[in-house]
Amino acid sequence: MRRIGVFCCWCGSNIAGVLDLDLVLQEAGKLPGVVHAEYYKYFCSQPGQDMIEEAIRDNELDGVVIAACSPGMHEGTFRKAAERAGMNRFQLEIVNVREQCSWVHQLDKEAATEKAIRLIAAMVEKTKQNEPLTPGTAPVVQRALVIGAGISGMQAALDIADGGREVVLVEKEPSIGGHMAQLSETFPTLDCSQCIMTPRMVEVAQHENIRLMTYSNVEEVTGSVGNFHVKIRTKAAYVDRDTCTGCGLCIEKCPAKAPSEFSRGLETRKAIYVNSPQAVPNQPVIDAEHCMYLTDGKCGVCKKVCEIGAIDYEQTDRMEEIDVGAIVVATGYDLYEQENFPEFGGGEIPDVIDGLQFERLNSASGPTQGRILRPSDGEEPKQIVFIQCCGSRDPENGVAYCSRICCMYTGKQAMLYKHKVHDGQAYVFYMDIRAGGKGYEEFIQRGIEETNTIYFRGRVSRLYRENGKVMVSGVDTLSGETIEIPADMVVLATAILPSRGAAEVADKLNIPTSDSGFFAEAHVKLRPVETQRRGIFLAGCGQAPKDIPDSVAQAGCAASKALGLLASRTLTTEAQVAVVDEERCAACGMCVTACPYGSRTLDEERNVAEVDESLCEGCGACVAACLNKACELKNLTSRQISTMLGEL
Amino acid sequence: MTLRLERGTFTTTFTQRLKELSGQDLFTCYQCGKCSAGCPSASVMETPPHAVVRLAWLGQEKALRGLNTYWLCAACLTCDLRCPKGIDVSRIMEALRVMFLRPREEPDMVAPDSLPKDMLSRIPQQALVAGLRKYTK
Repeated sequence: MRRIGVFCCWCGSNIAGVLDLDLVLQEAGKLPGVVHAEYYKYFCSQPGQDMIEEAIRDNELDGVVIAACSPGMHEGTFRKAAERAGMNRFQLEIVNVREQCSWVHQLDKEAATEKAIRLIAAMVEKTKQNEPLTPGTAPVVQRALVIGAGISGMQAALDIADGGREVVLVEKEPSIGGHMAQLSETFPTLDCSQCIMTPRMVEVAQHENIRLMTYSNVEEVTGSVGNFHVKIRTKAAYVDRDTCTGCGLCIEKCPAKAPSEFSRGLETRKAIYVNSPQAVPNQPVIDAEHCMYLTDGKCGVCKKVCEIGAIDYEQTDRMEEIDVGAIVVATGYDLYEQENFPEFGGGEIPDVIDGLQFERLNSASGPTQGRILRPSDGEEPKQIVFIQCCGSRDPENGVAYCSRICCMYTGKQAMLYKHKVHDGQAYVFYMDIRAGGKGYEEFIQRGIEETNTIYFRGRVSRLYRENGKVMVSGVDTLSGETIEIPADMVVLATAILPSRGAAEVADKLNIPTSDSGFFAEAHVKLRPVETQRRGIFLAGCGQAPKDIPDSVAQAGCAASKALGLLASRTLTTEAQVAVVDEERCAACGMCVTACPYGSRTLDEERNVAEVDESLCEGCGACVAACLNKACELKNLTSRQISTMLGEL
Repeated sequence: MTLRLERGTFTTTFTQRLKELSGQDLFTCYQCGKCSAGCPSASVMETPPHAVVRLAWLGQEKALRGLNTYWLCAACLTCDLRCPKGIDVSRIMEALRVMFLRPREEPDMVAPDSLPKDMLSRIPQQALVAGLRKYTK
């Protein structure tokens, strides 16, 4: 006969204010096997934990049921208390009578009390059938993978590497730096983006603990925390980037041109190219789609001029498999494209550009060497209109969320415009000014006062071309007037979206995304850099739109989480894992397909399915998939579930 | 009404003069409306004070001419005291009064030497100065 103890927590008035705990306690005491029942105001407090320990010892309990808040809150607290009293931690179970009972049934106290009594009875029956479990251990591969080498990925890689662990940094572009490398100057201090970033880029490239893999993609990820197996594809660059000196002669001589992605189409690049003069690494790659030799077999100029023979037209994609213990996902963002705004010309009006294009215009290494000149005729725009919230906060036609950085960069761009075009006039159409960062509000106000930028609260309805101007029809909701501005150039602060490859990355890593497509954190407030999968962490705009300081801070946080994991050579694995009843198993392989963690394999010789306990996360997908009911989860068997149902 | 905004709309003689007379930088205003919210005369004004500031900032001389707002301003200075950006709204009202009265073609409506001496001692000092500013050329 088992000896079970039941503990009902008041949770202040959260539970006691709704449930009749005297009745609950009285009924719980009558349950077969229950030898001890008590309540207390806060069992999570130190005296509360002491009471549980004491009751376990005094009554020689071999099972404990705690009716309290969600197990997500205090399961760990109570299981540790049980362990201190000499009980196996898996003999203690939590009944959630707060979130799932008192909070949701506040208006019907009687029924809520009845429900709590039944939930406790069910859990007492389950606990009686619990076995003591011992978690296993698994080795932790002392290496981390960082996906994406923008400012977030670079920071995470540097922090992990400085912490003494190896890092593999994978970047899909030919060079690192991400979007920050495209920016001219950064708010609110106006330092030059390249100036503050290039030292970091060089440090990444030269760090002894960082292995940089550019022009590469993560193809497949299997395994789980502590031991992920990652397949990485490095795209054919048609250049031996190890021997190439980056002299640039091939780029100079290449006759084929294509629109520059880095300059967002504002200028052309060659078919063999580097993104910018400060690119790290600065060895070029050949764009096979535009290369005349690779498309037509004619040309070959780059090969002829390369003195060290680094050009290799026969090069193919390379695959490599690497094991890592932890992963940081820093895949960043992309912009909502102009074709989504038919009322703004849908990208057809050359003098309507987006925020990143303005950054390139203003950059010393950009298409105009930093002069603000409009794309259509190269004239200096004397009237410029900035439109915020293009696609953001627009649940009908764009995205519902605020893209968070546009207020700040628009204010900055208006200021920088005025610094270069002294006799120009800048206008900003905004919905609200959201300048919630250190020094941000002051920066916006300074911009308005110093540069006499006119802010209109309201949206723009239409942009159209007239006599070489871009006509802006908008409204100033503060004065109630409709506004018409013959502008020379218009800059759209378009919404931030998860980077184009984010969905694929989420799929490969088996991590959830939120409605808007950004990676979902494990807990919005308390676990903001962890994902639902242990060992996979988030940094930067892939999780949500954010500015540089926040990205860097989050990257540092993700790095410290990864280092925390890699600090030990072994880790405790999940104890409540799947088991196979070999008598029933038909080796059909359904469980192998269902398992998201790669823990299931078929033993072809014995003709049964097996569980690798170090990889199993106890999710139960195999239990649901098994046609023969040969799979069970420890301490959550079909028998336990049906007994519980019987009590309800 | 649609405002067509050209470069220079905000740097007309009107806006320059308003800035000069009031000593206030209209661009500092972020249109929170605290001046209107606390103005004891706002309920009888055709356009509340913050909206007058907005129109002045946008250089809308025509729209401002004839409004009763700046005439109903009693210069109680509540707005000046409470403005989070430190703008003396009452000075803008005073500047508007001056600007709309001064350019009139009529001769001086108040000739300083026509005021009887005994009356001078009875007129409040501020009213006398304001009267002379507004009703003389």
